[in-house]
Amino acid sequence: MPENSVQAQGDRELTFAQAIREALAEEMRRDATVCIMGEDVAEAGTPFKVLSGLLEEFGKDRVLDTPISEAGFTGLAVGAAMTGMRPVVDIMFGDFITLTMDQMVNQAAKVHYMSGGKWRVPMVMRTTMGATRRSAAQHSQSLHAWYCHVPGLKVILPSTPYDAKGLLKAAIRDENPVVFFEDKMMYKVKGPVPSSDYTVPLGVADIKRVGEDITLVATSSMVQVALGAATLLEEIGISAEVVDPRTMWPLDEKTLIDSAKKTSRAIILDEGYERYGVTAELASVIATGAFYDLDAPVKRMGAMHVPIPFSPPLEDVTVPTEQTVFEAVRVLCGR
Amino acid sequence: MTTITQPKEASAKVELWLRMYRQMVAIRQFEAQVNELYTRALMPGLAHLYIGEEAVAVGVCEALERTDYITSTHRGHGHCLAKGASPDKMFAELLGKKAGYCKGKGGSMHIADPATGNLGANAIVCGSAGIATGAAFSARQLKNGRVAVCFIGEGALGQGVLYEVMNLAQLFKLPVIYVCENNLYTEYTHYSETTAGDILMRATAFGLEAASVDGQDVLAVHGIAERLVDRARRGNGPAFLLCNTYRYHGHHVGDINREYYRSKQEEQMWKTERDPIANFGKWLVEQNAADPTSLAQVQSELELEMKAAVDFAIAAPYPGVDEVAEDVYA
Ligand SMILES: Cc1ncc(C[n+]2csc(CCOP(=O)(O)OP(=O)(O)O)c2C)c(N)n1
Repeated sequence: MPENSVQAQGDRELTFAQAIREALAEEMRRDATVCIMGEDVAEAGTPFKVLSGLLEEFGKDRVLDTPISEAGFTGLAVGAAMTGMRPVVDIMFGDFITLTMDQMVNQAAKVHYMSGGKWRVPMVMRTTMGATRRSAAQHSQSLHAWYCHVPGLKVILPSTPYDAKGLLKAAIRDENPVVFFEDKMMYKVKGPVPSSDYTVPLGVADIKRVGEDITLVATSSMVQVALGAATLLEEIGISAEVVDPRTMWPLDEKTLIDSAKKTSRAIILDEGYERYGVTAELASVIATGAFYDLDAPVKRMGAMHVPIPFSPPLEDVTVPTEQTVFEAVRVLCGR
Repeated sequence: MTTITQPKEASAKVELWLRMYRQMVAIRQFEAQVNELYTRALMPGLAHLYIGEEAVAVGVCEALERTDYITSTHRGHGHCLAKGASPDKMFAELLGKKAGYCKGKGGSMHIADPATGNLGANAIVCGSAGIATGAAFSARQLKNGRVAVCFIGEGALGQGVLYEVMNLAQLFKLPVIYVCENNLYTEYTHYSETTAGDILMRATAFGLEAASVDGQDVLAVHGIAERLVDRARRGNGPAFLLCNTYRYHGHHVGDINREYYRSKQEEQMWKTERDPIANFGKWLVEQNAADPTSLAQVQSELELEMKAAVDFAIAAPYPGVDEVAEDVYA
């Protein structure tokens, strides 16, 4: 399976949720120190039913329901990871990562460096992101940039079932803390996933669509939006390349820069807020790395700078859509 | 509630009882409409119904003044109504309409209303414990005699911040009452699987006055709430009230197949034997405070009222798209 592929290969189709479940199950079979904990992960298999069936196979000692104590069980996972376990913690909504901040930022992220490289924290935090579920301001945020800001944390944003499975397996095998953000709206999306064992290495971007006129760098939920916009653009003769970095850190700067050099224009799409966000970082990578080849300033599109409103007509305008991306590309390309 | 001597006192009591009955029915009818809206796909987002727990909100809020504060939870419709919110503006909020309490921006889990002392419902479990404690701090500093009630589910017992603010509340002698509604389940997990040790002792360890009560008995809830509110108002410090109750529906309206975490028999038992409205109605009739016909009339009146409120909300316009950034100050 070559990296930087346009099409993920697979002998069957799985949903995004099934791919995640399969990654966990395979890693739990392979390594007895992998365990899962979080709220309603066992019998309920999470409110999104992502983990259904794991309790039945692995039992209560490895699939553990916790109290609603995000700070507590995340801290516990840090300690467990330092002492022989490979815990995967489940934070139901990405909005609740705020409750785990000290454990992740001051503890998990620091332990290895502060100990002079003596301790390691091989843990994974799985959580969610994404708006348009009519869940209002405390259940709709995409806060992945917060963790991207901190040295010592790796951050993954998968956008297909293939990537989700391969990246999650790589995250579990990683020797250091990794945060894995899943778009809630994507759980039922299907895609090809091989049945053989594979991992997707962290730090390798994927070109989801080859194009000539403009580069759309898109993360997570925005990959589908970018691909949809690319189809619309095709009709008016604009060929868009869609590049998915897949991991925010480590970051495959080269693939992003090379694509922008080739097309000479770039828009960065990410569902987090633009202000001090992922789009700013990626735009700066391209603006610096492809400076002499750019024909237009790098544009950013992220969530509108508001707490996500509940009211459907309001919520819908807070995130980039195929149509708004299409319009932005036309402006940038002068068409 | 047995020795009724003075006729005037007696009639005030009966008035209170009937008001509490009415409020409980109002909440149930409100929630029945929410269920209906949701199943007809007219309501966006999630709805966490309060049906079964009405006696807690009503018993507690009847012990409060309009100017007293409450904070509420994701399962908050009952608290908001019991504190005096009007159903039409609530339904409008649930449908994301401009006429709603939060101009449609908050939705079901975020109803807030300064006019009734409602500091806001909260979608973060235990997210309002600090806010309620802070309101009690203001009451102490400003000497305005107000009390704050912090409604939480038993799931909130898992959050560390609760123990930090209970400690603060006791140190500062704040007029706050943490009302913990133990409806036995968090989302899909029995509380005994997530709660170690003794619940009340968690509060008494900090020196809070702590009590537990049958949350299906509105008179019992009201009686104890009055005592704790009065105590707090007189400057004698915070309290913790554990109300044992049950939610009849799923965690949210979409939670239909529940057998993997609780049995149908258990649900049936609570509905038929422990129903706060039916049992209180029976008691009112026994006391000659009401007759079955007048109680049935309360039911049908409120059903009509709630239907009218729903109609209002359905007809109300959405906010304009240009309002999306209104109230953003930074
Ligand atoms: C900090 C936080 N963690 C998890 C959740 C997801 N969640 C919403 S309601 C709920 C269960 C709450 O149980 P409880 O407090 O007992 O209230 P109930 O739903 O039973 O009324 C959970 C886990 C949340 N909203 N906030």
